Order: sequence, then structure tokens, then C-alpha cells
Amino acid sequence: MTSLALDGRGRRDPGRSPGSRRVAQALLRSSPLLPAVVLLVLFLAGPIVYSLYGSLTNASLTGPRAADPEFIGLQNYEQLFANPQFWKSVVLTLVFVIASALIGQNLLGMGLALLMKTAHGPVRAVVSTIVVVSWVLPEIVAAFALYAFFASDGTLNIMLGWLGIEGQAWLVVTPMLAVIVANVWRGTAFSMMVYSAALAEVPPEISEAAEIDGASGWQRFTRITLPMIRRSISTNLMLTTLQTLGVFTLIWVMTAGGPGVESSTLPVLAYQEAFKFAQVGYGTAIATVTLVLGGLFAIVYIKALKPEVD
Amino acid sequence: MTAVTPDVTRAPGDAPRPLRTGALASPRARNSKIASSLILLLIGVAFVIPLGWILLAAFDSAATVSVKLPTSVTLDNFTEIMNVDTTFRPLWNSFLLSMGTAVITVICSVLAAYPLSRYQMRWRKPFMYGILFGTCLPITAMMVPVYALFVAFGLLDSLWGTVLFLAATSLPMAIWMTKNFMDSIPISLEEAAWVDGASAMTALWRIVVPLMRPGIAVVFIFVFTQAWGNFFVPFVLLFSENSQPAAVAIFSFFGTYGTVSYGRLAAFSILYSVPVLFLYLLVQRLSGSSFAMAGAVKG
Repeated sequence: MTSLALDGRGRRDPGRSPGSRRVAQALLRSSPLLPAVVLLVLFLAGPIVYSLYGSLTNASLTGPRAADPEFIGLQNYEQLFANPQFWKSVVLTLVFVIASALIGQNLLGMGLALLMKTAHGPVRAVVSTIVVVSWVLPEIVAAFALYAFFASDGTLNIMLGWLGIEGQAWLVVTPMLAVIVANVWRGTAFSMMVYSAALAEVPPEISEAAEIDGASGWQRFTRITLPMIRRSISTNLMLTTLQTLGVFTLIWVMTAGGPGVESSTLPVLAYQEAFKFAQVGYGTAIATVTLVLGGLFAIVYIKALKPEVD
Repeated sequence: MTAVTPDVTRAPGDAPRPLRTGALASPRARNSKIASSLILLLIGVAFVIPLGWILLAAFDSAATVSVKLPTSVTLDNFTEIMNVDTTFRPLWNSFLLSMGTAVITVICSVLAAYPLSRYQMRWRKPFMYGILFGTCLPITAMMVPVYALFVAFGLLDSLWGTVLFLAATSLPMAIWMTKNFMDSIPISLEEAAWVDGASAMTALWRIVVPLMRPGIAVVFIFVFTQAWGNFFVPFVLLFSENSQPAAVAIFSFFGTYGTVSYGRLAAFSILYSVPVLFLYLLVQRLSGSSFAMAGAVKG
């Protein structure tokens, strides 16, 4: 970092200098990137590459296979794809993502954002604070709070009792429903904030003009507001999907993936296989599948955000 | 839904004041305003119940798993956990973990954001795409290979190893946010400094960093909060009790010691959550809007 003075006048330098000097200059200019790149390569790209490789071995947590795993090719994947439990987990993951993120968080978040626009100021302030607090809290605290809510002698059953309805052991009988509602509770604030910000940027004049022309409230919402904030919607759909795909703590605290594997989404299943059943190679294969799934979503998301990079 | 909003501020006989907002213009609009408020309140109640359990149980001498008014209000739950082993060491570990992660991440991302924001480089675009891709990865899905890698590096149960991993996972988002903040700082001031002979690094530390202090604070708090709340990463990578942060310690309250003491669990939850809530308020102040986090995340 001695001669960074080269950078001095360089920003819009058309660069007519000889090639080697340009390369040297480019390297020098990008040298501040180095610490970040080293960290990213070692601790982020490293595990991903290792994930691809490790899934091709029979590594285990203890015993001889822990120190010296053998290369076994695609056996883990063959075993994985032949395992009905894995497919069940894929379905559970999809149900979890679609029901809690795409439908639950997004619809409720949009609903809250719309209600906030018309509601009384103090109500708006109080409710938005409550919703945001449930999102800002550490995930494990939120998970405890929801565990207590859904537990057999928990709040939900007591409140149902007041209404004369017989409760049930929600975490055992309908674990997926419980974790889906929990994730909606936990994550809706994010969608609410994104949509509130988006709605605030829609100029009211257009909607008012349509109102004068006799458009109903619903028509104005679907024909004017929604198209105008469609970029926020697609961004938010992708972000909530990716966040929900990675949810572990909430499910682990509330149901631990159980009973049995009734609520084991892919991250939970990978953890169970690797650490409960000591099949690191097998768990790594599940991790790889999840990463690929996340990667595919990420590519769609990046396509949507392309203009911001350019 | 009858229109019942008695305007308590207006004395009878006063001349009607000019309407300030369009929302009060017609009875229909006023009705819809009341309806919105009521629905919003209902949703708010649904959201507040689980939170209420934590608050009430923490002060209840005989807390159970359900929301109820404390049998007798007490601070015993707090005093019982106020010792090094249960509370202070885990919180201190959380602090070390989050502070280390946030400091490393912020330094690396300020350095990295500078060339990305200021120069036209050939690999700038691919790099930004890579960063964006990195923000999307489900980190929890990666923990099994990360564990295996940490075994290979001999980094298991090392606080610093965990800090470096947490820093690496928060870097993509931090670089993205920092670059966006830096883009909004005009380059003309630096150009003046360059003319006076300052190097790029001098310009960065003397001019850009001071100007974007609020932005850096937002990134710092964002990373700190995420590390503070992270359960899964330390749960997998740290296992000796001496190095466990609060997120993992609280789980052992719940899991291992037979019957759960819900009162103490709730009290600990509060002690553990307060710093994050405070930091969130600070971010709001810094960015002047409650949508700071989401806005920053959106770029």
C-alpha cells in the first residue's frame, strides 16, 4: 500500500497506457478488496466447495471414517434420492416456504401496510412497534415465546378454552401449522416495512384521478397500486423465500423437527442426519441440495435486481 | 360500524375548524379509518400475546408456559440468574462474538466498498453479482460442511474461528450496504484531496469515512444484531460452556435440566433481548426512519 497515489487522477482515465501498466494499476486499485476476498474465499466459498466434495464421501462424526473419509462418488445422492424421508422433507420445506413466506408474510405484511395508511396515528404507532419488536428480537427468544404460545397448556389452548373449544397439542398434532404460524409472526414485520415504504412512494394523484373516474377501492388497488410497486413485491417475495428457506432455530426450538420427522425441513434434516445420526457425508449431501435450491432462487432474485448493479 | 369518534378536543359551540386531512372529509372515509384501526388493533393483540408471555412470566414467581397475570410479582427470577455462570459469562461471550464480527466486517467492507464505489474496474460487475449471490445463500443449510471444515482446520470451539465465519457470512450484505452508502457521498471532495496530493487511502479515512459515519453505524449495528441473535452458528461451532454465547446458553435452560424454569427463562430472554432492541432504536435515530433496516437491505 505504498504507491496508491497512482489512483489519484485515475477515475475516468481512458487508460491509453500500455497493457501491463494498466493491469498493475488495476491490481493496486483493487487491493483494498483483499481482506474481504480472503475472508469470503476461506469461510464462505470454502464450505460451499467442501460441501460439494464432502457430499461425495462417507465422512462420519466419529470412528475411522471421521479422520479418513473415503470417496464414494454419488452414493450419498443415490441413497438420498431413494429415501422417502428426504422427499417428504422437500415437500415440507416447500409447504413451509409457500405457506409462511409467500402467502403468510407477504399477504399479512401488505395488509398491515395498507391498514397503516388509513388507521389512526396512535394505533399505527403501537401496532407497528409490536410487529417490529417480534422481528427484532433474537430468533431464539421469539422461538421460546411461540413455543409457550402453542404448548399443550400454553396460551392458545387456554384462550380456546375460554371460547369453549377443546384445544390440542398443536406442536405434536399439527407441527407444520404451528411453525408456519410462528414464522409468519416472526417475519411479517419485514414485508410490512418493505410494503409501507413502497406504498409511501406511490403518488396519490393517480389514485385520486381514478377515483374521480369512478374506480372502486379494489380496482384502484389492483390496477394502479400493485403494478406501481411490483418491483418491491418481487424483491420482497424473493427475500422472504430465501430467509424462510434457511429457518432452523424456530423449528428446532418448537418441534425439533418432530414428532418423528413431521416438521423436518431441509436445514433441520441436514442437522439431524449429520449430528444425531453422525452421517456427515449424507448430511452434507442434503446441505448441497439446499444450497443449490437457494442458489436457484438467488439467481432469479439477482435477475430481478439487475438494474441496481449496472 | 357507526361513526362514533367524539371529537373531544372541540368545545361545543366552536365553529368547525377547517379539515386538515382528506381522511376526515366524508363519513365513509371516517368509517373506514375506524375499521382499519380496529382490524389493526386485533392483529396487534394477536402479535402481542407471545411477547406478553415473556414480560409477564419474567416477573411471576410461579410462571408457567401460558400467559397469565403473575401470581405474585417478584424480581426473584432476575436475582436468581444474576451470576457469572448463568448470565454474565454468556452475555460477555455474546458481546465478544458480536463485537469481533462487527468490527472485522465493517473494516473489511469499508475497504472493499471503496474501489467498488470509486473506480470503474473490469471485474466490478461480476464481483457485485457475486456479493449479491452471497447475500442470498441460506447459511443454515451450510452448517454441516462448515462443521466438517472447522474440524479439518482445528477451529472447532474457537471463538475467533466462529467470529471469522460470522464475519464472512455477514460480509456480502455489509459490502452491499456500505457501497450504497458510499455511492451517495460525492466524489468531488476526494478529487480536491487528490489534487492536494492525498493518497486514496488517506482520502478514504480522512474524507469518506467521516462523511458516511451514520451509514457505517447502521452497517455496524446491523451486523452486530445479527451476530448477537445468531443461535445456529455458535450452537454448531462452540460447545464448551466457557465460550458459549447467550443464544446457546439460553437453549440449555430449556433443553437439558429437566423441568424448565419458565420464569428464569423469560427473565434471561429479557436481559438478552434488551441490547438488540436498544440498538434497533439507535438505528432508527441514525437513519431517521423506522424503515432503515429494510431500506438498507433493499439497497
